[in-house]
Amino acid sequence: MMTPEQNFMRKIEAEEKIEPKDWMPESYRQNLIRQISQHAHSEVIGMQPEGNWITRAPSLRRKAVLLSKVQDEGGHGLYLYSATETLGVKRADLIAAMQSGEAKYASIFNYPTQTWADIGAIGWLVDGAAIVNQVSLQRTSYGPYSRAMIRICKEESFHQRQGYELMIALAHGSPEQKAMAQDALNRFYWPALMMFGPHDAESAHSAKSMTWKIKRETNDDLRQKFIDQTVPQIEFLGLEHPDKDLKWNAERGHYDSGEIDWAEFYNVINGNGHCNRQRVEHHIRAHEEGAWVRDAMTAYNAKQQAKTAEQRQAA
Amino acid sequence: MSDFDLKTATQEYATRLGDDSVVLGHRLSEWTSNAPFLEEDIALSNVALDYIGRARMYYSYAAELAGNGKTEDDLAYTRDMREFRNLLIHELPRGDFAYTMVRQLFVDVFNTYYLPELAKSSDSTLAGIAQKGIKETRYHLRRSHEWALRLGDGTEESHKRMQRAIESLWGYTHELFDADPLEVQLADAGVGVHNAALRPAWLEQVSEILTEASLTVPKDDWAVRGGRIGYHTENLGHMLNDMQFLHRAYPGCQW
Repeated sequence: MMTPEQNFMRKIEAEEKIEPKDWMPESYRQNLIRQISQHAHSEVIGMQPEGNWITRAPSLRRKAVLLSKVQDEGGHGLYLYSATETLGVKRADLIAAMQSGEAKYASIFNYPTQTWADIGAIGWLVDGAAIVNQVSLQRTSYGPYSRAMIRICKEESFHQRQGYELMIALAHGSPEQKAMAQDALNRFYWPALMMFGPHDAESAHSAKSMTWKIKRETNDDLRQKFIDQTVPQIEFLGLEHPDKDLKWNAERGHYDSGEIDWAEFYNVINGNGHCNRQRVEHHIRAHEEGAWVRDAMTAYNAKQQAKTAEQRQAA
Repeated sequence: MSDFDLKTATQEYATRLGDDSVVLGHRLSEWTSNAPFLEEDIALSNVALDYIGRARMYYSYAAELAGNGKTEDDLAYTRDMREFRNLLIHELPRGDFAYTMVRQLFVDVFNTYYLPELAKSSDSTLAGIAQKGIKETRYHLRRSHEWALRLGDGTEESHKRMQRAIESLWGYTHELFDADPLEVQLADAGVGVHNAALRPAWLEQVSEILTEASLTVPKDDWAVRGGRIGYHTENLGHMLNDMQFLHRAYPGCQW
């Protein structure tokens, strides 16, 4: 007879998915709650920097594309909150944890979107980096998370193409547009590399997540994939690569790159980037301003239920 | 009306309808990341997208009729406030959620009667755009109707906010049923719609919904007008500052 724990590990090793009703170690559950809710919060907070340009998009087509993209991000937030709820937590509590700063969201969204080109850079680089990570997560051991990733990856690939297409229009446009594209690339390239997290040796959650197959590839391996795939994309745009130390390493079959500014990484993660406070305050403000609407819904539903009960009694 | 006049009038009419759509779509898009909860954020963006899509169709058609190489974006981004011809109700600020939903209710019920009439237009492009809008409007009205009930008959506060929004928007609804000589001529020619004829049905349905929601239908004792002659509220100028800034800052660029 296998213990529940042995059976759990057997499934993990056999690449069987763990489903909500299956036995799982408490720390596996907690680890998943942390990771999936963080992912959900990232989608939702990510709506702010992109939403920042919806009202100023320079053409109606771009406005529609951006609106629809931000709407998709909201949809991703919803599936991911639902996936987290399968682990026995409530969305309202997850949101409260994000608002109190206890739960994190992707640090990249603490960088401001200063120009229109940033919308292209986010689609291309930020969604691009997210996809590298998410493609790997399609094979994650927890069933609901894996299925959410498969669905989300499809839409994210579409967003990345749209972002890159926006960059092409700028990079091949007027000198001012090209400068705007270069500036956005310079500002978003390094933060995009940071999205893969610290080096494997420094990563707090990596080892256990790898054993449980929540994570399938290491931070550094995923980051390398992204670095390699981005080089020809920058060349095609005719822009300068922001990493002056970048060099092809024939022996490794990969690009060697300059070191990330880890002091900046930890500074932003620890809450001191340009927009950390703004993002959370914005979320809290919208949430508080909407409280009367949610209260009204609850009151209305209660009245309706009471009416139905009354009618039933009368009948 | 000679053929040439009809074409010019149709072009002007399509521009007006494009203005209505872009301005309301823009206002709705201001809710993105600001809605009371995530599902509603997504739904409001969805409605905004429908209006932006509609604006693009009307403007593209107006540009095509003008035949001077101008595009939908020239119409949206390079005209000044006084050249915009949208009805005022569309440009008013987003306000609180009650204000937005009351405006949607008024406009959605209007479109419920207006678009099926426009879909009968002898102009097949306008008829086609209207046809697509009918389906969208069914969804929009289902939402604004449900919200009217929930908020009207929710809490004391939600009821108060709804009634206040109804009072402050009511005077802007009259303009929906106006028609200047151009619109009358277009309607007579079978291209446009006799808007005035739609008011009884509009009033009946709006009154029914408001009553069901335990809200009060205001008296018709004030009206503000001017959108179709470019006499706008102060709000539109600020909205266009935002909307047009980038396009105007780098003239002649492709985006």
